[in-house]
Amino acid sequence: MRLFGALMVLTGGMFLTSLFVGYAAIPLGDGMAALFGAGDPLFVTVMQDIRLPRTLLAAMVGASLGLAGAAMQGFLRNPLAEPGLIGVSGSAALGAVIALQTGFAATFLLALPLTALVFAGAAVGLILLLAGPRGSSLTLILAGIAVSAFAAALTSLTLNLSPNPYAASEIVFWMMGSVADRAMTHVWLALPIMALGWLALATLGRGLDALTLGEDAAEAMGISLSTLRLQLLFGTAAAVGAATAVAGAVGFVGLVVPHILRRFAHGQPSTLLWASALGGAAMVLAADLATRLILPDRDLKLGVVMALIGAPLFLHLIYKTRREIA
Amino acid sequence: MTLLSLKNLTVRRGECPVVDNATLTIKDGECVGLIGPNGAGKTSLLRGALGLLPHEGQSNLAQLPAKDRAAEAAWLPQKREIAWPMSVERVVALGRLPYLARGASLAREDEDAVNAALSRMGLTNFRDRIATQLSGGEQARVLIARSLAQDTPLLLADEPIAGLDPAAQIATLDVFQGLAREGRAIFTSLHDLSLAARYCTRLVVISQGRIAADGPTDQVLTKDMLAEVFHLRADIVLTSSGPLVEPLGVLR
Repeated sequence: MRLFGALMVLTGGMFLTSLFVGYAAIPLGDGMAALFGAGDPLFVTVMQDIRLPRTLLAAMVGASLGLAGAAMQGFLRNPLAEPGLIGVSGSAALGAVIALQTGFAATFLLALPLTALVFAGAAVGLILLLAGPRGSSLTLILAGIAVSAFAAALTSLTLNLSPNPYAASEIVFWMMGSVADRAMTHVWLALPIMALGWLALATLGRGLDALTLGEDAAEAMGISLSTLRLQLLFGTAAAVGAATAVAGAVGFVGLVVPHILRRFAHGQPSTLLWASALGGAAMVLAADLATRLILPDRDLKLGVVMALIGAPLFLHLIYKTRREIA
Repeated sequence: MTLLSLKNLTVRRGECPVVDNATLTIKDGECVGLIGPNGAGKTSLLRGALGLLPHEGQSNLAQLPAKDRAAEAAWLPQKREIAWPMSVERVVALGRLPYLARGASLAREDEDAVNAALSRMGLTNFRDRIATQLSGGEQARVLIARSLAQDTPLLLADEPIAGLDPAAQIATLDVFQGLAREGRAIFTSLHDLSLAARYCTRLVVISQGRIAADGPTDQVLTKDMLAEVFHLRADIVLTSSGPLVEPLGVLR
């Protein structure tokens, strides 16, 4: 409960800071009024059309990645697992790249995220086909690696064959991941799909707790592993697929956040689920804030900052694991 | 009351039956030892009985819905896994999971069952320790306590005392004997024949997937059986505390 309170305060604080800190200096009171459509129309535009969708998306993307990461680690019983492992984010990125390359992305606002979502769904179908509906966690990982590798290869091929350097650079920048310059339309597209994913993932707690004792013991305690696996797969696809579709590839959140919070969740996978959702939201909000504060003029990408924060934390994780094993 | 009833249970790995036409029943109050050489099919028999492996024939447990089965029989796998750094108390409390509604926290009776399991396994002073930081033998005791916390009429255990120190082995089997005297039943695979003879009311011998013998300890545990099933030349010394099996050599 203390953990819940602390994380709520942290995430709430980051959310408000993200709303009220930005390129345009808007006094707190005016900003608050503008958020509800009152006061200076310029302030209203900035708050409602720029800051609010950006902040909401950062929080949603972070929550999705954190939650999916905690679920994936719990299912595979491995602290090095992350939601990208099953190839959903790679496939969604491929969809987006193809949409950008073919010019389909420019036809209407949601063309790009929709294509990305279709590809994420196709990835899950392919993984189920490869791993079988009842296969073990190892076949799931292997199928995920195969799908990720193939998606990465096709992404490179698309870039390779790109006749237009501007399209290529647009693709490269999109792939770095960002929640800047998004509209509320993006929020409305992603939110229902993410919410379905959150529901599927958040209800895994019991099964993941049981899996602490291994697959055999969990099954003997009445947990259906095949249902659990399907739910995990669809939950991750919906949450992470939607996140990638609207924000591009943002790495390390799903890996690092559960790792940091595990100690505070007493190692209990069910507690870690919601804790990582809140923690992920706070971390992505903080990283997005950093992109605005560090180099406000250079359009620093969220994925880049996240990787810069995430990689050292990951190194720390490896160092700690090494010491524990030795 | 019959707690476990297997009829012509067959478990196949590919074409080859690893459990071949096993039929047996276990009633309340029994502590049944399952003995047999490596690869004889002990684990497959236990897992097949629980319905964790595809099988032919019948097992009363495998026919139950998963949730009801979890209230009838607890399962202690041979592979000892505690994936996350959780406290001993939290690990043992996982045994209450089958009885908890989604998202519910432990009720009074759940806590009582956890405390009883901890004290039976002598772990009360360990309750706040991180389970993954304990020694292998201590973790094994934590996992036994976990299966006791499930508080079922029947406990199936796969080599529960492997890797425990002698005192912990005896203490664990004392706990099993106590559970049987309370009217529960234990079905456990064991490798220590002397301990099996001392603590089990009945022995089931499995050899190449078939049940080779099933009966009271003194009738089953003979030199001929040890020679035939275990390829072992052994002395069986009757002492005041039960038969003692002294392996002497390997028969080829």
